[in-house]
Amino acid sequence: MTDVLNVGLAALIVALAIWAVFARDAFAAVVGFIAYGLLLTLVWVQLQGVDVALTEAAIGGGLTGALLVGAASRLRGTEAAARAERPRTLVRVAAAALSAAVTAALAIGVLMLPDPAPTLAPQTMANIEVTGVGNPITAVLLAFRAMDTLLEAIVLVFALIGVWSLGPDLAWGGRPGLRHRADPNGILAYLARVLPPIGIIVGTYIFWVGADHPGGKFQGATIVAAMWLLAIMAGLADAPPVSRTWVRVGLAAGPLVFIAIGLMGAVTAGAFLAYPDGYAKSLIIVIELALMPTLALILALLIAGAPRRPAQP
Amino acid sequence: MSGGTLFGLCAALLVGVGLYGMVANAHPLRKILAFNIVGSGVFLMLGAIARRGAAAGLGGDPVPQALLITGIVVAFSATALAVAVLLRLFDVTGSVTLSADVPAKPDADAAEAPAKPPQSPGLG
Amino acid sequence: MTTPGGLLLALAVLVPFIGVLVGLVLGGRNAQRVAFLTMAIGFGVAVAVADHFLRSGAPVVYLLGGWAPPLGVALRADALAVVMLLVVAVVIFGIGVYACADFGTPSGAREARAPFAYWLLLMAVWGSLNLVFVSGDLFTLYVALELLTFAGVPLVSLEGRGETLRAALRYLLFALLGSVLYLLGAVLLYGAYGTLDIALLAAHIRPDPATLAAAALMTTGLLAKTALFPLHIWLPPAHAGAPAAASAVLSALVVKGSWFLVVRLWFDVMPGVITLSAAQLLAGMGAAAIVFGSIVAVRQERLKLLVAYSTLAQIGYLFLMFPLAFDAGGTALVHGGALTGGLLQAISHATAKAGMFMAAGLIYAALGHDRIADLAGVARAMPVTVLTFAVAGVALMGVVPSGAYLAKKLLLYAADDSGQWWWTIVLQGGAVFTAGYVVLVLANALRGAGVPITLVVRVSRRSEFAALALAVCSLLLALAALGPVPGDLVSNPLAPAELGSTLLTFAGGALLALGLARRSLLAPARADADAGPVRRGMVAVGTAIANADVLVRRWPSASVAMLAVTALFGWLLAAGAMSN
Repeated sequence: MTDVLNVGLAALIVALAIWAVFARDAFAAVVGFIAYGLLLTLVWVQLQGVDVALTEAAIGGGLTGALLVGAASRLRGTEAAARAERPRTLVRVAAAALSAAVTAALAIGVLMLPDPAPTLAPQTMANIEVTGVGNPITAVLLAFRAMDTLLEAIVLVFALIGVWSLGPDLAWGGRPGLRHRADPNGILAYLARVLPPIGIIVGTYIFWVGADHPGGKFQGATIVAAMWLLAIMAGLADAPPVSRTWVRVGLAAGPLVFIAIGLMGAVTAGAFLAYPDGYAKSLIIVIELALMPTLALILALLIAGAPRRPAQP
Repeated sequence: MSGGTLFGLCAALLVGVGLYGMVANAHPLRKILAFNIVGSGVFLMLGAIARRGAAAGLGGDPVPQALLITGIVVAFSATALAVAVLLRLFDVTGSVTLSADVPAKPDADAAEAPAKPPQSPGLG
Repeated sequence: MTTPGGLLLALAVLVPFIGVLVGLVLGGRNAQRVAFLTMAIGFGVAVAVADHFLRSGAPVVYLLGGWAPPLGVALRADALAVVMLLVVAVVIFGIGVYACADFGTPSGAREARAPFAYWLLLMAVWGSLNLVFVSGDLFTLYVALELLTFAGVPLVSLEGRGETLRAALRYLLFALLGSVLYLLGAVLLYGAYGTLDIALLAAHIRPDPATLAAAALMTTGLLAKTALFPLHIWLPPAHAGAPAAASAVLSALVVKGSWFLVVRLWFDVMPGVITLSAAQLLAGMGAAAIVFGSIVAVRQERLKLLVAYSTLAQIGYLFLMFPLAFDAGGTALVHGGALTGGLLQAISHATAKAGMFMAAGLIYAALGHDRIADLAGVARAMPVTVLTFAVAGVALMGVVPSGAYLAKKLLLYAADDSGQWWWTIVLQGGAVFTAGYVVLVLANALRGAGVPITLVVRVSRRSEFAALALAVCSLLLALAALGPVPGDLVSNPLAPAELGSTLLTFAGGALLALGLARRSLLAPARADADAGPVRRGMVAVGTAIANADVLVRRWPSASVAMLAVTALFGWLLAAGAMSN
């Protein structure tokens, strides 16, 4: 039964990907992509990767979709000109042939992967006690390969600096995006009043429970960020000016705390990002507590975009 | 055919479709979309590999699953940066073409920018 | 497994990143101050790493979190990494000093966009590069590549003009395509081996389909980020459109990151899997880059575009070492003279190219334009800057006594040893091509103007000397002791043989410049149609090549080329594996 489900999912996903690439209208393509993301979430569940499913649903489908939808609506007028620039048939045939060759090579590679597959699961489970967390993925993210998680936060900061540098000079330090106005009695404003408190609780819960069950700070932070964006889009809140001190401190606090704890580990436990015996779980929780607001802030600001309104003097 | 292998093949197809999209679609937003499809294909392949690595009572190898979470976040930030550059390009020039030989409208900010000698020449 | 001093490797990466975060919080003018403080500390860390490495004679290793691979991530610094750490620290400092004039926050404003972003991005590039050099895990390297791209792209569009934004978008999209191919390869490697640690992979690597596909994909992805011909679609407009202080960072340093990864991948992860034929393809692309880049450079009318195309040509040089680095049986890559030569090439290019871009920027700022044909009189008005350009050009040409000369000698030895005479021709001929555009600029700059030209702006003395210092560094490398340099490598520059070879190079370059430059050097006013047949023929060749370059740099052809290169590599590697 699951085999049929899997084959069905796989076929649908490929079909949606083809739709997203070949659809005539950009908006339709983006909507197809969002549906693709949701189906991909189901695939992750089928592949026993619930943490990944949560991340895909939140960031891959949700935030990326929001970003692309916003862009598609702003760029609606440019599609005709782009269609006129379509590459010649010869080029498209060559591209199709080469892409097919890449697919074929990948398929051969996949089919000829070693069996039994090499895996790090036994090593992870053998060492997980020391970390004090129950969720093996959290153990990998925050203990065994904590450096990657730190770098991930820094990637987000760099992306945000890059996005901010794209605003006009006059608006530097100001608020991203335009002021949204919505009918105060309409459904959007209603949802923006009702959902955020619930969303914040749900996000915090998902963040908290990630130590021992599927979940974690990225998924929780995405939900909190989404609630804030909802409030902004309904006009109930406004994006902060990017030169505000609290924004800057909020952005840097998470990674700096992470680095500080890591350096402390270098002094007390012998290596950067090592945890002294018995303190692993508490330190991991401190890191996650520090990172969560930073992540929510960065994710929301990345969607909000570059500063476009000069800050009030 | 196990779930891992099936979705590994599915991932190979997604990568191919996305690569074609990146080449053949002229609109940069469609290219960004195709990039996301290639990216998710790569992630799906890693996920299939993780599934094949199920052992020690776990449903999948946790290390690649953790890498996937990092990868999804990095892909999102790449998309965010690309969209920001694209939107700014549109705001300043009024078009989104990537070809250099397009008559550009006078820069929208040229009037408001403070008079400062430009740092670099125009592009030939 | 962690060696003493290993924490320094982590610090080498963290110090610049902490600088970015602190600069972000403190804001305004403090970003610049934090940047200089970071440069001082970071340089100290690089020196300390070098000291530990030299004293122990073995690579410095650090296990992050105390966890050993394959479960954890290790940082590893061998000779290659240590040298790059030092060189990047020095170049960043030089560029930082130069950039004070351009990116000082104007008085009266608390914080300005371009200066603030510049200093943060400079630190960001530095930290990402250090991570590329010391990381021992392929996935961490993927994150490092993304960090490098995110730091480099906004530098391109820092001025905010439409064409720079277009160049930035092209760069970003092509670079993202490259990194996703790299990640795909890494994923396949994990599937086949269950680890992404470089040392562990090297121990277990075998030429099965997944590994070969991974090699092809990762190599091509990295080549796209290094802008090797024909994947150079994004480089000329991006490096020419960025402000000079940013172009210096992009040309001298950012492209070295992905090049370094190709070296790591080929020499350290899969030395036995890479075939000689694949290396010949890589060096062939490099040779094409040298020819194409140099010819199009000579044809440029704007100085910054000339320097950008020169970068293209020099990148080609960086890949000539691969077929020359095989062992006696031609089966596996070894760390030997050819690799040392390639490394010397990379670091002398980094310093020389930074100096060259900085000189071009100073000329542009001072004259208000950078039209090569109208540079007459600049040498008298700005002698230090023109000297910088000359020194940098001589260094790039590989003339005694520069580091590139040493590199060329090492590569020539390797070519002789392995009997690959065709690369000898390329190595010797490449110098002439480089001389072409150097002579073009110098001929125009040294020409006297009738009246002393007036400068639009007085350029900062500090910036001039920073540029000169970096250019001189590339000459000093000939005296560098990377280990004892064999005495016969550094010959007397004034000995007849060397002098003759130098003069020949200049002469060849002059011929190229005479033949290919858009505005005839000898008779600028004469129309092309009146020129002699030789000149007309050369101009025709030059125009054909320039048109071909425009064609290759269209998105459809460039992206198809990327897929084709992947397929070619894959096919060559598979053919090699099957014949073994």
